[in-house]
Parts: sequence; C-alpha cells; structure tokens
Amino acid sequence: MGNENAPLLEMKNIKKDFFGNQVLSDINLTLQAGQVLGLCGENGAGKSTLMKILFGMDVIRETGGYEGDILINGEKATFNTPFEALEAGIGMVHQEFSLIPGFTATENILLNRESQNRRLLSEIFGERLNTLDFADMKEKAEKAIDKMGFHIDADMPINRMPVGHKQFTEIARELSKEQLKLLILDEPTAVLTEKEAEALLQSIRTMAEKGIAVVFITHRLHEILAVCDKVIVMRDGYVVSDVPASETDVAQITRNMVGRSVESSARAEVRDFSGAKDIMSIRKLWVDMSGETVRNVNLDIKEGEILGIGGLAGQGKLGIPNGIMGLCEAGGEVTFEGEKIELNNPRKCLDANLAFVSEDRREVGLLLDESLEWNVAFPAMQIQDKFLKKYLGGLIKWRDDKAIHEVTQKYIDEFMVKCTSSKQKAKELSGGNQQKICLAKAFALNPKFLFVSEPTRGIDVGAKSLVLNAIKKYNQEKGATVVVISSELEELRQTCDRIAIISGGKVAGILPATASSEEFGMLMVSQVK
Amino acid sequence: MQEKKITGKKLLGLLRDNSVPLMFVIICAICIPISGFSPSYLLNEIVTRVGRNTFLILCLLIPIIAGMGLNFGMTLGAMAGEIGLILVSDWQIWGIPGMILAMIISIPISVLLGTFCGKILNMAKGREMVTSYIISYFINGVYQLVVLYMMGKIIPIKHFSIKLPRGYGIRNTVSLLNMRQHLDNLLAINIKGVKIPVLTFIIIALLCVFITWFKKTKLGQDMRAVGQDMQVAKDAGIDVERTRIISIVMSTVMAGFGMIIYLQNMGNISTYSSHSQIGMFCIAALLVGGASVDKASIGNVFLGVTLFHLMFIVAPAAGAHITGDSMIGEYFRVFVSYGVITVALTMYETKKRKMKSRAGQQLEEDQRKEEAEANE
Repeated sequence: MGNENAPLLEMKNIKKDFFGNQVLSDINLTLQAGQVLGLCGENGAGKSTLMKILFGMDVIRETGGYEGDILINGEKATFNTPFEALEAGIGMVHQEFSLIPGFTATENILLNRESQNRRLLSEIFGERLNTLDFADMKEKAEKAIDKMGFHIDADMPINRMPVGHKQFTEIARELSKEQLKLLILDEPTAVLTEKEAEALLQSIRTMAEKGIAVVFITHRLHEILAVCDKVIVMRDGYVVSDVPASETDVAQITRNMVGRSVESSARAEVRDFSGAKDIMSIRKLWVDMSGETVRNVNLDIKEGEILGIGGLAGQGKLGIPNGIMGLCEAGGEVTFEGEKIELNNPRKCLDANLAFVSEDRREVGLLLDESLEWNVAFPAMQIQDKFLKKYLGGLIKWRDDKAIHEVTQKYIDEFMVKCTSSKQKAKELSGGNQQKICLAKAFALNPKFLFVSEPTRGIDVGAKSLVLNAIKKYNQEKGATVVVISSELEELRQTCDRIAIISGGKVAGILPATASSEEFGMLMVSQVK
Repeated sequence: MQEKKITGKKLLGLLRDNSVPLMFVIICAICIPISGFSPSYLLNEIVTRVGRNTFLILCLLIPIIAGMGLNFGMTLGAMAGEIGLILVSDWQIWGIPGMILAMIISIPISVLLGTFCGKILNMAKGREMVTSYIISYFINGVYQLVVLYMMGKIIPIKHFSIKLPRGYGIRNTVSLLNMRQHLDNLLAINIKGVKIPVLTFIIIALLCVFITWFKKTKLGQDMRAVGQDMQVAKDAGIDVERTRIISIVMSTVMAGFGMIIYLQNMGNISTYSSHSQIGMFCIAALLVGGASVDKASIGNVFLGVTLFHLMFIVAPAAGAHITGDSMIGEYFRVFVSYGVITVALTMYETKKRKMKSRAGQQLEEDQRKEEAEANE
C-alpha cells in the first residue's frame, strides 16, 4: 500500500500532444481524499483531455500516450484501459449518457456487475448461465442511491425518466462500485434543472463527507464556488490558477478563463447597424439537434452586418443555422425580408437566396469523391440554373464546363487553395483547403444571406485568417449579411460587428464586438431563465 | 373531456401498434365463411400446423433480443437438421430414436454454421437482416455441394431409396414414412375429432419456459443490453461480439431441432427446397403476430403462427369458391406473406422516425408551457 500521508491523487508534469499540437503542458495537481476539486476553462482548454488521461481512455493511447506521472496514494499508476482505472477506484460520469434505454435504473446501475445465483446449467455451460438475483440487485442499487442522497425510482426504465434522473442514475452507478475513491463529473449539471442541480451539489457534499474525492467540471461557476474546496482554471493547455475556492470569485475565474496571454483586440472598425432594417427575424425558434438543442430563441439580424453567434459547446449555437436551413427538425417562425421561411425544407431556404457553410465539412459540406469544379458549381447549378447552356428553349440543359472551370480557378487563385488542379478530388485536400472550397461553393451561389458555421475548426493559423478575411471581404463587396457561428470568441471579435452569446439553448445576450472578454465570459456561463 | 381525449389517443395507438395482426384477423374473418370449412376441420388443421411450426418460429426470438433483427440465417440450422435426417434415414434408424440421433448430428453442424454466420454479422453491424439473408443463399450452395456430390462419394450412403440412380447424390425427395408423426402420435389425445399432439406441445412449452428463463440469466441480460446499445454494453465490459455470436449459434441450433420436428410431421424431405422458404415463412408468421424487428414475444409467436396458418388454409379455398380457380388463393397467400414482411418492415422504420419527431414536439410543448407561465 502507498504512503498514508500521500495525497489520493497526484498528477505531475502531465504533457500531451495530438500529432504535434500541444494540448497539455506541464499540468500539476494534487487532490486529497474527501476533497472537491472544481476544474474550469473554455472549450479546448484541455480539461477533457486531462480527465481522459486520468481515466485511461483508449483515445490517449491511440494518439501516442502522454508524458508525466499519475500517482495514486503516492504510487505510480498507469491505466491502459478505463477498466484498469475503475479497478483503482476512479469513476467517471461522462457528458453523454452511457445507459441502456430499456433497462430499469437498477439494471443500469449494476450493468455487467449483476448479482448472480449459480444454477445447474451454469456448471455445464459456464457462468454466463447463472440467473440474476433481482432482489439483491435492487438492494445494492438502493444502497447506492441512498449514498448519493437524491432519490430516484430504482424500478423505472431509463427511457421514461426525466433527463436529470438519468444523470443521477449514472452517478449512482459509479457510487455502487465499492472501491470508488475518486469520482470525475464532466459537466453533470448541464442537463439538470435548477432544483436538480442544487440536489446534485448537495450529494457531492455528502460524497465528500464519506471520503470520496470529486473532480467537478462545469461551466456554471457559482456551482464551483458553492461546493468545491479548490478551483483550478485551465487555459490553452496550462493551469493558470490553482487556489482554494474561498479565495476567489466568479469575476476572477472568468478573467482567468478567457484572458489571453496576448490580448488581441476586436476588429478595427466595428460598424453600427442599429439603424438598418432587419433582414431576418427569428421568433420562438426551437431546434431538435442532438447535443445542440435550441429553445425559444428570438433574434433580429440587421441587413449588411456580420453577426457572430458564440457560446460554449453543447449550448445550442450550432442548432440555430442547422434548424433554420432545414437540416434539423425545427419549429417557430423565421422571416426573411418580410417573408416567412418554411422550416424543415432546405430547398425553400436556398431558393430564398440563403446559403449555409456547414460545420460538418466532410458529411454535409462537400462531395468528397468529386472534383473541386463540381463541388464549387454543383449547388449553383442545381438551385440557380447557373453554369448551364440551354438549348431548344431550355428543354435541354448542358453543363457549361468552361464556365465551371473558370469560376473554380478564380476561387482557387483568390483563396490560394493548395491543389494540383481544379480537377482534383475534394477528399484529397487538407482541412483548411477543404474549408476554402466550402466557402467558394457558398459564394458561387451569390447569396444575400450567409450562415458560416465553425469556419476555422481544425484548420491552421494561415488558413484561418484567409478564411475570415474572405468572409469579411464578401460581406463588404456584396453587401451580404453574414452570420458566423464559432466557439472561438477571439475569432468572432475580430470578424463580427455584434456577437450574440447562446447559453442553455437561449440567447444570453448580444454585445458589440468591442465589449471586453470578461463581459462575454459572464454571458457564456450565465443561466438564462 | 381531456381524459376522453387521452383514452381515445391510447386506443388509436393500440390499434396502430397492432395493425398487422388486426389486418389478418379481418382477412381470416372474411375468408372463413366463404371457404365453407367446418370448424372441427379448421381446428384440426390449425393444431397440427401450430405443432409443426412453432418450434421453428421460437428460434427467431433470441437474435431479436440481442438486437440482430430477424434471423434469416435460421435456414442454416434447417439445412443442418436435414443433413441429420438424411443420414439417420440411410442408417435406417427410425422413430423417436432416429429423431434424437438426427438432432445430435445437427448440433455440431449448426454450431459451425452459426459461428460462421455470427462472425460475418459482426462485420456487418446494422445490416444483419439482409446479410443473413444472403448468407443463407451462399450456404445453400455449400449444402447442395455436400448433398448432391459428396454424399455417396465421400460420405457413405448405402440405400438406393435415397441415392440418385447415378450412384452419388441424394434424391429430390427422401421419405420419412417410418418417422412420420411419431413424435406427434406419442401421447396424442383425441378430443371430439381434434387430434392433439401432446408431446410436441410439451416440447414447445419447454422451449418457451427455457426462453423465459434464459432472459433472466446473465447471458440473457447481456444480450438485452447488447441489443439496445452496443456501445454502452461494450463500455460496461460486456464482450459484445461474442454475445452476438452466441445468440446466432443458439438460434441456429434451435432451428435445426425445429426443422426435424417440422419434417417428422410432414413425413418427407424435399432435399433441395424444404429449407429454402422456411426462413421467409417463419419470419412472416412472426411478423403477422405483431412482432417487429426489435421486439418480439412468445405471445407474438403463437398469435402469428395461428393467424398465418389459418389464412393459409382458408385463403385458397375461399379463392376457389369465389373465382372457381384455386390458383388465385394460392397466389393470394404468397402475395400476402411477402406483403406482410414489407409492411411490417416499413412500419418499423416509420415508427422510429415518429419517435424522433416526438422529441421536437416535446421541445415545442415545453416552450409553450414556459410562455403560458410567463404570461401568468
């Protein structure tokens, strides 16, 4: 056994890179038994990666492992699989539910750890023919639920539970493991109502009293202050502050979270469009997009502006364009230039001269197996009859390959797309160059209104500024209205005139791009009623 | 008022969920009087056919529990059963001992074929049904190779009554006259002219008990978990691939037994065609009973086998009465059985889509409630 005085968990000089991209640099943290650690930081700060390392997730090993040491009770530990981490007493509740929908809470809590009775047939055919001892299972499950301190019905099937109870079922599952010493909760309150979140905080306190250490990851900072013993803030792969919760406040944490080491400013000329007319009005919009649900969004977009939509991942910012453009089921009212747009019908949106550059380049954005020419020209050909030669009074339409080639070449030159020729297949391009082709495709439609979703996700710095400049240029030259959706606040501040922050599926507030990082940070972590 | 609405909705939902069995009840209700069969004749036929076919249909349940859909690969088990029967009839072992020996012979063949099928289905997750359907054609080729060329040449076959005149290969029909209905007649009782094959029914009942019990075992629980969400099951440490293979192997072995029971009732084997349609008919019968791709119960099996065979009996006769041509009825029953499969599979997909749009409706409703609260 390890040293009695050693902390329960110690992580020393943890480093991790994904293919040369450093995501964690020199992370150190310690945690005593019964302590609650609050971990916060923006998306991409490295919280999840750190927890994945601790929990021995496959993805870490597959991408070349990590550097540094993890010490449990003073002894060095390496976890190659989550099962080894479980064995050592580490439990984790992930953001996505890992529950069997048709099973009751009891069955889920004891999934693959069911109480069994030996039977004659199992002597012959092995242990898997043991029957389950449902009475004992129920007892164990109720014990775990008691330990949690929040009551859920052990006999209720998961698919009939409210979403909050599913979360509690997951927690009870971890608690039912006898060896549990450390519990990682990854944004457990994101799906909870206020009352349930309060109950969860209470149960975290109960667990801590019983000697279980908890790592609590959340974007709701007041929760961290309410329940944690100490707070660690991460940014860009570094720990930027590690203080007792009693010595900090929401404002300070927010500053640490969003403050960049090199403070970049907003775009040079933020324009004021308050006098312009509304080109699009969104009323009571709901969108059913998995992981990005939108609830009751009202938003007015002014003609000619660049509006940014920001917010943390999973809060619903991506749902807005996907709902309006008909890719996800949506309801509510959207008017464009005074006319109502039919929802759930992508063609109608495109006919109204709206365009969308999807965040999902490979699935939605591109025809991967076709040439760049086809990719650029296809929507324009399909929707606006461009690049077509007409014969016999439009009865026969031929593709105008020359025009297609010209326009593709124009965009390739303009955006400096790295490719062998305009006939190269889209799938052979790098992410940044694919993104440029996606933009070219949308520009070829010559839209009056353009949604651009996560334009810089997964592309390098050079391509990033090129893409953002292309968006700005298009907005200026054609006078088109552009809505940019992005998780990177700095990028929005450099590109947009106004920025709307989405939190909990709703608009938390709209600020001019000149507002300070702290103000945006406060909106991102706020709860909208 | 509100309550009435809810009960109405529930009733409508119930009707929609059971529309396939209801359709068959209606068809049968119309056809029975037209066909002019006496009730005792109908009852006799139904009892015989239920006894003949139920075991085969029950073997479909386990892959459904494991989330692998309707196992068209049960044909593989049927082939194994036939090989067992061909061998015992060459060895002249008749009656119940012959059946038991045939079952024992079928087990290793079924396990081998089932493992093969399960391994392939693991490579084609999400497309199990169409894959197993095609596998059944592929293995049918192997079966023909064994029965048509290897039997008599490599595998010794003595009796000329089952061998082709050229000296190797099996004849089109193998008579099981000395085995015919031996199982059914043992312990059979006769109630008012209706013969009830008690022993067959006892065996079917035992299988039902086994399946019910099996669901409560660790393996059964694992199969249910795998069937509902493979990823979650895997994360919990369940060996998903192995569990799925076991479910297919169990189904195949049971299909082999089922085929032997089926053929002893028929009294002869059509060497090259008995198995070819059996998968399709069993699946159609199960679907007629109101089962779907991911949900089937023992109740569905019995309702399905009864309704399906009732239609098989009355439809040709009714057709003959109406048109004077019995082929019309024959045509009708084949047409309907394929139709049922199509309808049931489509309904499964639409239901899934409806469930999805319900999430959206829930969002809309929440929003409306919120507004109402805000207005107050």
